[in-house]
Amino acid sequence: MSNKFVIAVYVDNQFGVLTRVTSMFTRRGFNIDALTVGETESPAYSRITISLSGDGYAREQLINQMKKLFNVKKVEVLEDDSCIKRELMLIKIYNKPENRADIHFAVDAYRAKVVDYTTDGMCIEVTGDPSKIDAFVELMKPFGIIEICRTGIVALERGTTSLLAK
Amino acid sequence: MKLTGADIIARTLVEQGVTDVFGYPGGQVINIYDALYREPRLNHILTAHEQGAAHAADGYSRATGKVGVCIATSGPGATNLVTGIATAMMDSIPMVAITGNVPCSLIGKDSFQEIDITGITLPITKHNYFVNDVTKLADVIREAFRIARSGRPGPVLVDVPKDVQIASCEWEEQPIPEKFPLPLATDAQIAKAAELLNAAKRPYIYIGGGAAGLGLGSAIVELAERIDAYIGCTFMGLSAVNDDCDRFLGMQGMHGHYASSMAQKDADLILAVGVRFSDRATGKVSAYAKGTKIVQLDPDFSEINKNVQVDVGIVADVKDSFTRIAALATAQKHPEWQEAVGRLREREAQFEREQREQAGERLVPRRVFDIINARKLPATVIATDVGQHQMWTAQYVKFDRPRRFVSSGGLGTMGFGLGAAIGAQVATKDPVVLVTGDGSFGMNLNELATAVTYKIPMVIVLMNNGVLGMVRQWQTLFFGSRYSNTVLERKTDFVKLAEAFGAVGMRATTPAEFEDAFCKALAVQGPVVIDTYIGKDEFVLPMLPPGGSIEDLITKVREKGAGENEQ
Repeated sequence: MSNKFVIAVYVDNQFGVLTRVTSMFTRRGFNIDALTVGETESPAYSRITISLSGDGYAREQLINQMKKLFNVKKVEVLEDDSCIKRELMLIKIYNKPENRADIHFAVDAYRAKVVDYTTDGMCIEVTGDPSKIDAFVELMKPFGIIEICRTGIVALERGTTSLLAK
Repeated sequence: MKLTGADIIARTLVEQGVTDVFGYPGGQVINIYDALYREPRLNHILTAHEQGAAHAADGYSRATGKVGVCIATSGPGATNLVTGIATAMMDSIPMVAITGNVPCSLIGKDSFQEIDITGITLPITKHNYFVNDVTKLADVIREAFRIARSGRPGPVLVDVPKDVQIASCEWEEQPIPEKFPLPLATDAQIAKAAELLNAAKRPYIYIGGGAAGLGLGSAIVELAERIDAYIGCTFMGLSAVNDDCDRFLGMQGMHGHYASSMAQKDADLILAVGVRFSDRATGKVSAYAKGTKIVQLDPDFSEINKNVQVDVGIVADVKDSFTRIAALATAQKHPEWQEAVGRLREREAQFEREQREQAGERLVPRRVFDIINARKLPATVIATDVGQHQMWTAQYVKFDRPRRFVSSGGLGTMGFGLGAAIGAQVATKDPVVLVTGDGSFGMNLNELATAVTYKIPMVIVLMNNGVLGMVRQWQTLFFGSRYSNTVLERKTDFVKLAEAFGAVGMRATTPAEFEDAFCKALAVQGPVVIDTYIGKDEFVLPMLPPGGSIEDLITKVREKGAGENEQ
């Protein structure tokens, strides 16, 4: 776990920019765990959040290579203790009468939400730190997982700073 | 004034200082070619193949530092540029490639000769553009030139669909910025570097491609003399320092000079100027420069600590950093270092004497280059293809000024030479000698037609050994002499071939014949092919086995390499 890190990147909000970033990862042999991309406070830029594992060398190289791309405006490593990380997961599991109470208890404990319910299945929405999501998946395994969809991490620094303004 | 996209391309090229372009017409660039027809300020060289155009633009740039420009049509025209663009990328050569594409309404429909060339060239360009709006076209081209020239240079591709070439909008000429200033090093960085330099007992100045065009030659020599340092270079750093300087040990690395490679190993400080520590230069990287302090000057921050960990990395204007460090360097004498390097040089001279004795009167590579060095005119550009002949050129040719070595280093592109030599001659109007081999020449000899058409004076020294010599050398050393598919022995008569293209062909099998042919060729106003016979088992020595460290240097054929299946 210790060699996992999260990078926030501001890029020009144009077509093809995501490809430029991800193709560089392939080309340089960087293996990413998750990647999210979306709009930001400025219509000119998109924000990419990348979580990946690697040593200090990989981290330095990745940032240097990313900064060389012309559509990349800002690159910043978000340190664990100074940022908020969240991920959203939808998980579909079997709804067997004998498990129903346990599932509901877990949903309450994790402050998750049941968002779809049929007599033989249910879909639960969980939000939180990735490690919380991992734990919830473990918890659901005995009940029979049908399908999982995770968004990947979004992250912001604590306080009033803005990466773009830095 | 209101102009069509095609005219905007032509006018903006002129505005950016372009005088010569290389290319090949086709369906989706007809409009651009029509604009070129009406633009007398642009001299267009029609090559035989788009790959030749890309290499010519590259050679044009290497010989002058100006941005080389090539144009190709969509689809196969564009893909034919790919090898040339990748070659430029690996050696940080500024180039702008302009391709046509099908009209925007046909994009993404697998239309005739449609190809996603920006997608294809993504990893081999510094940046690229797909322009779908004529009002953005001029600024994109301007930015393409800025990106190609600034910082660490490189190729940029601009893909322009046909409807954008036809559409029109307002265009006004803009002045071009002469220079793109790089950040300057801090005084603290310079002081730290100078401190290491002043503390060194065995200093070695290491010149790379990033220093080749900076005009630092005499400053480097002056610093070396003052601090009693020796100078070595990478393959790409050749011609940055004149060979007549007695501090210069030549190229180091896989096929570098013995004294240069060994002195680098023994140095206690390496001042690396515009080098990227490629695997061909360092050998096994974990064993490279162990315990040696390294100061690295480079414009590209991603090169610091990429392949080799350095003690001081200065990401800034290389010329400025070098000049300021040199100003703080104190005069020193290191007699022990001089003696040590003297012994290395004596050992190298011994190898040379042995080689010459063994060669006798035969036309061996060393003799070929003795004659080229003695007979070539001042300011001659030496272009090469890739293989043994290229390494012999790098080892033996004496350069008399910067930007006179035009060769594909990083990518190692066979077939590069002829196109690049044409580009270099168009750019400089100086004498050009292309050293090539029968393997490489066979790849793109179609450009002989171009050289004949444009009456480009060029001596092509075709070192003909009937085999793919470099691979054969590896097969001899590391694969038990199993010559899998490296024996060519084709029936091609290169003299007749040259004549068929309208060029002059000659043949040389002895040193006297070669000298005679070379001198005659220099007087011809057009390309001359000298089919130069050399033995098929001439080796490039010394040789650092791939993945080996400097201790594994092979200096004689009989010292066979360690293992098989090397990288």
